[in-house]
Amino acid sequence: MQHTTHTAPHETSHEHHHEDLGFWRTYVFSTDHKIIGIQYAVTSLAFLFFGFCLMLAMRWQIAYPGEPIPVVGKLLETILGETAKGGIMSPDLYNVFGAMHGTIMVFLAVVPLAFAGFGNYVVPLQIGAIDMTFPRINMASYWSFFIGCVVMFFSFFIPGGAAQGGWTSYSPLASTIPTDGQTYWLIGMVLLITSSLLGAVNFIATIIQLRAPGMTWMRLPFFVWAQFVTAFLLLLAFPPLEAAGIMQLMDKVFGTSFFLPTGLMVGGQVADISGGGSPLLWQHLFWFLAHPEVYVLILPAIGIVAEIIACNTRKTLWGYRSLVYSVLAIGFIAFIVWAHHMYLTGMGTKISAFFQTTTMIISIPSVIILTCLFITLWGGSIRFNTPMLFALAFLPMFGLGGLTGLPLGFSFADLHLHDTYYVIAHFHYIVAPGTIFALFAGVYYWYPKATGRKMNEFWGKVHFWVSFIAMNLIFQPMFAQGMAGMHRRMYDGGATYSGVLDPETGDVVGLEAFIINLNKGITHAAMLMAVAQLPFIINFFYSMFKGEKVDDNPWKATTLEWQTPTPPPHGNFTKEIIVYRGPYDYSLPGAKEDYTPQTEPNHK
Amino acid sequence: MDVPYTTKPRSDTGLYNAKLGIWLFLASEVMLFGALFSSYILLRVNALEGTWPHGLLNIPIGTFNTAVLISSSITVVMAWASLKLGKFNHFKIYQGLTILCALAFMVIKSVEYKDKFTHYEVWFNDHEKKSIRGHIEVPGEEGNPWFMTHKKLAERKIETIKIHPDPKVTVASGKEAHGGAEAHDGHGDHPPVQEIKVADIKRLSAFVPAHSTYFAIYFTLTALHALHVMGGALVMAYLWGPGSKMWKTDPERFTNRIEVSGLFWHFVDLVWIFLFPVLYLL
Repeated sequence: MQHTTHTAPHETSHEHHHEDLGFWRTYVFSTDHKIIGIQYAVTSLAFLFFGFCLMLAMRWQIAYPGEPIPVVGKLLETILGETAKGGIMSPDLYNVFGAMHGTIMVFLAVVPLAFAGFGNYVVPLQIGAIDMTFPRINMASYWSFFIGCVVMFFSFFIPGGAAQGGWTSYSPLASTIPTDGQTYWLIGMVLLITSSLLGAVNFIATIIQLRAPGMTWMRLPFFVWAQFVTAFLLLLAFPPLEAAGIMQLMDKVFGTSFFLPTGLMVGGQVADISGGGSPLLWQHLFWFLAHPEVYVLILPAIGIVAEIIACNTRKTLWGYRSLVYSVLAIGFIAFIVWAHHMYLTGMGTKISAFFQTTTMIISIPSVIILTCLFITLWGGSIRFNTPMLFALAFLPMFGLGGLTGLPLGFSFADLHLHDTYYVIAHFHYIVAPGTIFALFAGVYYWYPKATGRKMNEFWGKVHFWVSFIAMNLIFQPMFAQGMAGMHRRMYDGGATYSGVLDPETGDVVGLEAFIINLNKGITHAAMLMAVAQLPFIINFFYSMFKGEKVDDNPWKATTLEWQTPTPPPHGNFTKEIIVYRGPYDYSLPGAKEDYTPQTEPNHK
Repeated sequence: MDVPYTTKPRSDTGLYNAKLGIWLFLASEVMLFGALFSSYILLRVNALEGTWPHGLLNIPIGTFNTAVLISSSITVVMAWASLKLGKFNHFKIYQGLTILCALAFMVIKSVEYKDKFTHYEVWFNDHEKKSIRGHIEVPGEEGNPWFMTHKKLAERKIETIKIHPDPKVTVASGKEAHGGAEAHDGHGDHPPVQEIKVADIKRLSAFVPAHSTYFAIYFTLTALHALHVMGGALVMAYLWGPGSKMWKTDPERFTNRIEVSGLFWHFVDLVWIFLFPVLYLL
């Protein structure tokens, strides 16, 4: 029986062992999944804020081209020198910030927070495991991530600044910009990918091997399922980008021509290269990762939302099995939709038709998931606490982001919308008020488990409402801008093209003043968004010491992470865990209370 | 409190943790090398007619190296089997042989690399003139220079270099080809040494990654593979030496470690079995 039970008797001896580890091994070089989860979460929250600040500076430049950035302009000039002369953002700096905003938000903020942060902290607890399968590999994963972050961050300060080729780093552009930023970017990416691979192996092995007795596949909380599929996406989609990264690094450092075509002109001269490479190859390899990456961003978020909705409606999730099969379907189809990012590369109508078909197909499981979550609300006695507000806001926001993606999935509509602000609005609706709201929900929801204290409800609600309004003020106008044809990479926010008159007919052929002026409103909304984060940041640190103390199960939830002391000890559980029921047994008829934990035996 | 199933398999999955872990890791490795092989196909299909080089690698050496690596695949299984039979001494021998094979492979690969780094192709400004492949003599450099480029020649203000062109060999299909490594077998006739003006050179490159997309993918794939060989050899050397103490304390777990490292080693071999025909023969 040794291999089927996690028994309590080891506990005492282990706690003794735990104390011996000392500060460094306990809190810094820890192998405990909870500490690693918190390390990931804190690091990525910091980068979330940093990535947002980059965007604020860019938004200023878009709304008020050529005017010094208020407040931080001088600081930027002091730190970065020539590229921010007089506190004015130069085109190079704009490109640096643009590329790094995307990179940081995707690879250093949202994925590590959603997958590694929440996943590490919650998954082993929810399946009743004492830790991850490979605790030391888990630690290696975090430190590889951390070094990757340091490389990325450091690259801002090298001569010429960080990468400028966009987060997509399309070659030949990215490999021919004569600064070293791209090299740093690639080295950073290789480290981040290594970290993701180690994490993904660990998650899958943990979920397969360490489920507690009785925790069958269909008793797994939906969050665990979402993380399971996400881990597979990372495991199989990231290596092609690693291969592409290695090849671009070869182009950059050893002068190869993987992505550089014959006869390439750089700076008005024929480049001194062998040629023969293929720029499209980079795009294929990049999007082979980057499309599944979209689902890496969204699936853990859906998982978090599902947990919170079930708990706060006091109902079981409607259609648990449909949710599970849908998330598996998304996992498979995610690998065959990537070229819908490449309709404009001239790859031919037949291939476009294939990818547009798979793209439409993948929207079906996504809609099933959203529908199940909506129906779960029906007839529930909903508790409108802060995590629930964020989770509820996720549903329409994700819906909006998904629906506006359909025109982009059709190759003919994409011809017009490609690379406009419409695209920005579409994917930000999914990632910002979608995923990031879900992540906020998760922070508010699991904070009491990690600290033993609740975050302040009032300030949480302020944070929610102001963020919610600001988000929509930021991204809603971008749909209009995009449909008017405003290109997404204009350094001056499209001013170059505003009010250009056709000399013969006298019609306005550029962007109308109305469209350009929306930029100002968006920038002010982004500032409001920044202000709205202050209550959250203060609340986050203040509540750690002064928040309301709560018991082990403040939300009266059923899943296993709430059936253990707060914060959970090293080894997670103080009693033997045996699972008797599904994850969401709320409001069972005849039960003592309106929730029945998974560890509660059936008495019949 | 220890993580369960580190040694004993879990009954419903039939696997111990590390075995599952290594299979998952190998799945990601398949995707990594798969992407590079796909790139190879795409680059080759996209190459202009007649520009994809052939016959620049030494097939006999490559074949020998393949044999070395396949032998190591046998010994690595024997090492694991010896432990299963409880014969620790046999394990030591077989594991040692595996490590030696890995080292031999790396030494042979280095010789091949060195040969490429000192072997050149010269393209001329005159487009009518075919490029020449061979070994070069540069004033001020002894023997075969490494990593020379036309840029370096210009920087050093060198005016002429000498080239020993490779003999032209007749390939079985009857096509004439500039021999690379194959040319050393003496069947071809040796063209005379030529003197070349640097001013006439459009491009000069050793057989390094920058030479062409063929060598770019060749070096990327084989170097990545070589890193895997070295990584595997290091782990196996650890398990052969200090790590083998575990045999006395926890033989089952130690045997598992040998199995897992062996699985990785088989994968490394398998990659080479694809690399050899793709790069050397096709």
